[in-house]
Amino acid sequence: MALDAKTPDGPLKDKWSNYKAKTKLVNPANRKKIDIIVVGAGLSGGGAAASLSEMGYNVKVFFFQDTARRSHSVAAQGGVNAAKNYRNDGDNVYRMFYDTVKGGDFRSRESNVHRMAECSVELIDHMVAQGVPFGREYSGYLSNRSFGGVLVSRTFYARGQTGQQLLLATYQAMMKQVKKGNLKQFNRHEMLDLVMIDGKARGIIARNLVTGEVERHAAHAVVLGTGGFGKIYYLSTLAMNSNGSATWRAHKKGAYFANPSWTQIHPTALPQAGDHQSKLTLMSESLRNDGRIWVPKRKDDDRLPGDIPAEDRDYYLERRYPAFGNLVPRDVASRAAKERMDAGFGVGSMKNAVYLDFKTAIARLGIDTIKERYGNLFTMYRKITGIDAYKEPMKISPAAHFSMGGLWVDYELQTTIPGLFAVGEANFADHGANRLGANSLLQASVDGNFVLPNTIPNYLSDEIRTGAISTDHPEFAKAEKDVIAQVQKLLDIKGTMPVDNIHRRLGKVMFAEVAMSRNEKGLIWAIEEIKSLKKEFWSNVAVPGDSNGPNSELEKAGRLADYLEIAQLMAKDALDRKESCGAHFREEYQTEDGEAVRNDEEFMYSAAWEWTDGSDWKLHKEELDFKDIKVAVRSYK
Amino acid sequence: MKIHLKIWRQDNANTPGKMVAYDLDNLSPDMSFLEMLDYLNEQLAAKGERTVEFDHDCREGICGQCALIINGQAHGPEDHYTTCQTHLRTFKDGETIFVEPFRAKAFPVLRDLKVDRGSFDRIIQAGGYISAMTGMAPEANSIPIHHNISESAFDSAACIGCGACVATCKNSSAALFTSAKISHLVKLPQGEVERQERVIMMVNQHDDEGFGSCTHTGACAVACPQEVSLDNIARMNYEYNRALCEIDS
Repeated sequence: MALDAKTPDGPLKDKWSNYKAKTKLVNPANRKKIDIIVVGAGLSGGGAAASLSEMGYNVKVFFFQDTARRSHSVAAQGGVNAAKNYRNDGDNVYRMFYDTVKGGDFRSRESNVHRMAECSVELIDHMVAQGVPFGREYSGYLSNRSFGGVLVSRTFYARGQTGQQLLLATYQAMMKQVKKGNLKQFNRHEMLDLVMIDGKARGIIARNLVTGEVERHAAHAVVLGTGGFGKIYYLSTLAMNSNGSATWRAHKKGAYFANPSWTQIHPTALPQAGDHQSKLTLMSESLRNDGRIWVPKRKDDDRLPGDIPAEDRDYYLERRYPAFGNLVPRDVASRAAKERMDAGFGVGSMKNAVYLDFKTAIARLGIDTIKERYGNLFTMYRKITGIDAYKEPMKISPAAHFSMGGLWVDYELQTTIPGLFAVGEANFADHGANRLGANSLLQASVDGNFVLPNTIPNYLSDEIRTGAISTDHPEFAKAEKDVIAQVQKLLDIKGTMPVDNIHRRLGKVMFAEVAMSRNEKGLIWAIEEIKSLKKEFWSNVAVPGDSNGPNSELEKAGRLADYLEIAQLMAKDALDRKESCGAHFREEYQTEDGEAVRNDEEFMYSAAWEWTDGSDWKLHKEELDFKDIKVAVRSYK
Repeated sequence: MKIHLKIWRQDNANTPGKMVAYDLDNLSPDMSFLEMLDYLNEQLAAKGERTVEFDHDCREGICGQCALIINGQAHGPEDHYTTCQTHLRTFKDGETIFVEPFRAKAFPVLRDLKVDRGSFDRIIQAGGYISAMTGMAPEANSIPIHHNISESAFDSAACIGCGACVATCKNSSAALFTSAKISHLVKLPQGEVERQERVIMMVNQHDDEGFGSCTHTGACAVACPQEVSLDNIARMNYEYNRALCEIDS
C-alpha cells in the first residue's frame, strides 16, 4: 500500500484552517448512532474521550490503571509549550514550528508540526479554563520558563508537576462525561487485540484485569492513545506498566509502525544504583534552566564535589555548545554525557553519572526562588537518594524516556487501517528524530482535544448508516479465541525464568546497542541476542497462577512477548538507516569532533514498516518535503 | 541486609485473608520497598507459586497507584512519602515488617494488597470539575489570578488520590481528598460559578460511598505524600455550610 499523508493543499499556514473549513462533519443528531472506542486515558486518549463524548458520540474508554488519573502523562514534570509570545521575545507559531522541525533534525512532517504549534495557543486557554494552576507572575499573568533547544521562553508550567495538573483537568472533564452517561470507562482493562471487519477497525478484545474475563467491544472507530514503549529498556523513566502492546497488536493487524528505533534518551534522570533497580526517576529538563552540568577535569578525582574548585571542573556543555550551553536539546545533552562517562570522567560509585549543580543559581537568585521553581523535584531527589541537593550537586545520568516512533498516521491521525486512529506518543508524526522538551504534553493534549475531534468526523460521516456493530460477528469470535489461546500458552509454559529477569536482560541489550549510540556490528549482535531471548521466553518463562483473577505476572508476560518483537524491529530500523539524525546516532556517520552527520540525499524519509506475517517487515517510505523551512545542519554551537 | 516479611494474602473480597511469612536475604539498603517485593515475587515465580499482588506504576511518587500499610502506617514510617519512595535504608537489618492493603469499607480488597478505589472516581464525578468543554475557553490571560492564590490552588490540586488519608484515618474519612478538590477549584475564579452545587454533591457522594466523618485528628495530613493541609477541610466545611445557607435563603 502506498502511503498517502493526506496533507491538505495550500500554504503551510493555511492548511489546518482550510482543512477544518472543508472537512465533512457528523450531524449532532447522528452522533448518538456512532460508537467510538478509546484505548488509553492519558492526555491524548483522555482528551479524545472527553472531547468526543462532549460532542455527543458514544464513547468507551479502556485503561489498565485503577483510575484514569494515574495515566503516565501524570509524571511529566517541566511544562507545556505554546506560542503565546507573552514574553514579547519574538515567539510566534512559525518560530515554534521552526524550532520543533529543527529540534527533530528535519525528520518530521511539516504540516503536522505547524498544526501542533497553531493549536498550542488554544490549548493553554483550554487548560486555564479547566482550572490548571499554572505558575503566575505577581501581576496575576501567566509565567513562562525556557526549555532546551529554543531561544525564547514559551513553556507554561505548574511547578514540577505540569503533567499531573493537565492530566487531572483532562480526567475531571472525563469524569463529568461519565456521570452524564456519555462516556463509559473500563478501568483495569487491557486491550489484547484489534478486531477488523472487512478491512476496517471495528472493535477490540480486552481482558478484565480483575476477573480475568476476555471481553468483546465493538465500535465504528478505534482510537489508540496508549503512549510510548520506552519501558522496553526495562530501566527507563516510564511507569512500570507502560507498554507497547496495544500499538503492536494493531501493527500485527496491518497498521504500519514508523521510525521505531527513535527513542529519546533523557539526559537528566537518576543514575542506576544497583542490579535491583526497577526504574530511573526523571529529573525535569527545566532544572537545566538554572543548574549547570559538569564533571571533574581529572579522572578519578575523589574529592567531594564541593571541594573541587571551578578551574578543575569541566562544564562540558557550556564548553562544547556556547550558544545554547546547558540548554541544548536532549539528544545532544545525553550524547555529551555519554562521551564524558565513556572517557572515564563519570562520577558516583558506578561512574555512571554527571553533576547537575545549583550553587551558582542559589547564589544569584536565593534559595527561596529555587525552592519555588523546583521544590518538589529537590524533595523527590532527597526521598529517593537521601541527598539534599540544595547543599550538594545532583548526580544525573541519561535514561530511556520517549518514543518518537510509533504507529504511522496521516494528517488526520488515521493509521494505515481505516477506522484506526493513533494520538499522542502512540503515533509518530510530530517530533521527527528528537522531541523538544515540553512538546510531549503539548502534542498529546492537542491531538486528543483539538486535532482528532476535527478529523475523525471525516471518517465517521460515512458511518452514520452503518448501524450498531455486532460483537457476534465471526471476526470477534476469532480474535477472542486467539487472545484466550495466547493467555493459555503463556500459562502452560510453566518455566523457571521470571518475566522481569528476561526483561532486564532485554533492556541491557537494547540500552547497550539500540540507544544513544549505534553501529552496524552492535545492531547485528543485538538482533541475534533478542532472538535468543525470545526463544528462551517462549520455552522457559515462569508465569505462575491462573487467568481467573488478578495476575500481574501474566500481564507482564504478555507485554514482554510484544517487547521482544518490537525490539527486533527497532534494531532493524536502526540498522537500515545509515545516517545519524537526532536521537539516532550511528557511529559510522559522525564528524571528527563527534557531531551527527545526516544524509538527506538518501534518508529524508520516515520509515514505515509493514508486518509481513512472520519474522520480517516490509519498508515503506514517506518522503519528507520541506517547503517552508530551509533544511540545514542542526547546530547548537 | 535481611528482612522478615509478614504479608497479607487474600484471594478476593469474599474470602478471608491471612498474614504469610517470607524471609528475604541479600537485600541492599538502596533498594526501594517495592523493589524488595519485586525480588520476593521473582523468587516465588521461579518456584511456580502465585506472586504477591500489589498496585504500583510510576514509582516516583506522583501517580498515586502504590498503596501499602507498612508496619501499621500508610505508605510506611516516613511522613509525606509514597510507598514507592520508601527505601530499605529506613529499616533495620533483620527487622520484621508487616505489609497490608489500605483498609476501608469504601476500598474493597481485590487480591492481596490491591484494593478498589473507584469510590474516589465517583466523588470527582459528583462535581470535581469545572464545566468548560473543549473549545469554550477565553484567552488564558484574560482573567489575571494573583500569584499567591494560584500557588495556594496548586497546593490543594497537588493531591495524588492515593487514599493514604483514608487508610490512616480512624474513621476512614476521605475528607482530605474531597476537600482538596473542592478547595483547588473554589480558589480559582474559573471554579467560582459552580461552587455551590459542587460542594454539596461531592460531600453527599463522599458520605454515600461509606467514608466516615472527619474528627480533625490530623493524621491524614501527616500521611499525605503531597502535604495537603488540613486547612482544606476547614474550607470544605465553610463552603458546605455557606452553600446550605444560600440554598435556604
